[in-house]
Amino acid sequence: MSSIPRALTLAPQAPAVQASARRAARRRARRERATAWAFIGPSVLVILGLSIVPVIWSLLLSFRADDLVTPGRWVGLDNYRALAQDPNFRTAVGNTLLYTALYVPLSLVGGLALALALNRRIRFIGIYRTLVFIPFVVSATAQGVLFSFILDPDFGVANALLHHLGVAKQGFLSDPNQALYLLVLISLWNSIGFCVVVYLAALQDVPPELVESARLDGANRRQILRHVTLPALTPVTVFLVLWQIITALQVFDLIYVTTKGGPLDSTTVVVYFVWQQAFQLFTAGYGAASAYVLAVALLVAGGALHLVRRRQGRTEGATR
Amino acid sequence: MTARRSTLGWHLLLAPLALAFALPLVWLVLSSVMSDAEINRFPPALWPHGIHLGGYRYVFGNAMFPRWFLNSLIVSTVAVVSNLLFGALGGYAFARMRFGGSRLMLGLMLATMVVPFQLTMIPTFLVMKWLGLIDTLGALIVPSLVTPFAVFLFRQFFLSLPREMEEAAWIDGCSRLRVLFSIVLPLARPALATVAVLTFLTAWNDLSWPLIAINHDTQYTLQLGLTTFQGQHHTKWSAVMAGNVITVLPVLVAFLLAQKTFIQSLTSSGIKG
Repeated sequence: MSSIPRALTLAPQAPAVQASARRAARRRARRERATAWAFIGPSVLVILGLSIVPVIWSLLLSFRADDLVTPGRWVGLDNYRALAQDPNFRTAVGNTLLYTALYVPLSLVGGLALALALNRRIRFIGIYRTLVFIPFVVSATAQGVLFSFILDPDFGVANALLHHLGVAKQGFLSDPNQALYLLVLISLWNSIGFCVVVYLAALQDVPPELVESARLDGANRRQILRHVTLPALTPVTVFLVLWQIITALQVFDLIYVTTKGGPLDSTTVVVYFVWQQAFQLFTAGYGAASAYVLAVALLVAGGALHLVRRRQGRTEGATR
Repeated sequence: MTARRSTLGWHLLLAPLALAFALPLVWLVLSSVMSDAEINRFPPALWPHGIHLGGYRYVFGNAMFPRWFLNSLIVSTVAVVSNLLFGALGGYAFARMRFGGSRLMLGLMLATMVVPFQLTMIPTFLVMKWLGLIDTLGALIVPSLVTPFAVFLFRQFFLSLPREMEEAAWIDGCSRLRVLFSIVLPLARPALATVAVLTFLTAWNDLSWPLIAINHDTQYTLQLGLTTFQGQHHTKWSAVMAGNVITVLPVLVAFLLAQKTFIQSLTSSGIKG
């Protein structure tokens, strides 16, 4: 970039002129550097200041006993040792894993199935797609408030419908055996549209010649799906798996609005646990330690997925 | 003939499915215009007899909803404008300018995209407290001024633009700022739209950060206000649902007006990011 103005002044000239030209170029480079830093300054300040600094700060906090008000003290690994023993944390981890194990595969399989069904040119298809996607823009708060109402054990419309069908009243979100599963369903209602939209976009990129030649070779619909379409969707699937895992491990808003971790801790997830420790019980150091455990888990999940993807790429290359 | 029959089959499958997705939202709107007598009985009425605006009157009359709506609007608007401005500036520098430290800074910014919120929330709270912003809209605005996503998206978009016009203008003596605003940004409509749409959606819908940073109800956002309102008025369901409609409506209208941009934003950020 900076080589262009310099090239213009590189005609054979007297050494003095050349030297002054070089000085001008240097001045220009210096100005360019100042401008660039002015351009990225606000972003660097906000993003690094409120991300890199907090990440380190959190790590330090996790080695301290701190209530965010009075000065804390250094306790070394005590917070992490206590976490390993804490039955509430173990419950939170278990709930988070169960939620993730249900939410991720269901949203992917459901999203793919819906995308395949919606991937055709028929009348009203635009309306169908819009309706499937619309819940995605609804905030977790609004979802939570709406479904608390629908699933209200006494006045809710869900129990009314069950009543018409002759099924006994259900506790729904107030039933420890149902609450977490219902939260998975609510999240699916909201986020399946995202998977559908991403898959639909990826389906447009599957080369039609490939599908056509497979058909000419006598492959039936299921074979085409399995051997042509799905392999072509692999990169998008990997992205969605990663994205949905991150989303699932961080679920908080919906739980805060609907169950507040209850009933009987049946919906306490890790982020809820972190929030409770830091901002309800004022044990910020302990909360930071639990946040770090989750972050490391996220990192491991991301790294593992990255490895799988790399190995997949390699075997594909080998068979080719 | 067979072609038409097979389309009919798809309609029979897709229409009920699509309606099932819409049904909770239909119920949201219906129940917001029901009378309390229709809601607070078992089984509740499934269709309102006439439109009762009591819930809306209650929400606009004696609650803080208008204030919360305004707060949400301020926070989201500032977030959108500043993400467009700082994202474009940063993205342009990273895409087009050569300077020491650019690679390191870009790498650090990308790395922060994978940092989960709960890891930064406690220190961010402490930083905001130190700045004296806790319990003000400033605490909501400052962390959302610019996101690494916006910077990165602009950078990728600028890299895909041809350089020739910019270079001509630059050699003619235009400053970098002029070049960015009068030549590059007019070509960057899709990137501007994507950043605007996703920033607005995130800022408007956020609950967890306002929950941490705000205590006083005059500073609530709509999302935070709605949850506390539900907690305090859990028997006044028509009012709660009216408040819920007001919370959802802006993003819903924005979505329906700019559906294509919305979907393109999501898929492009999804597939490339």
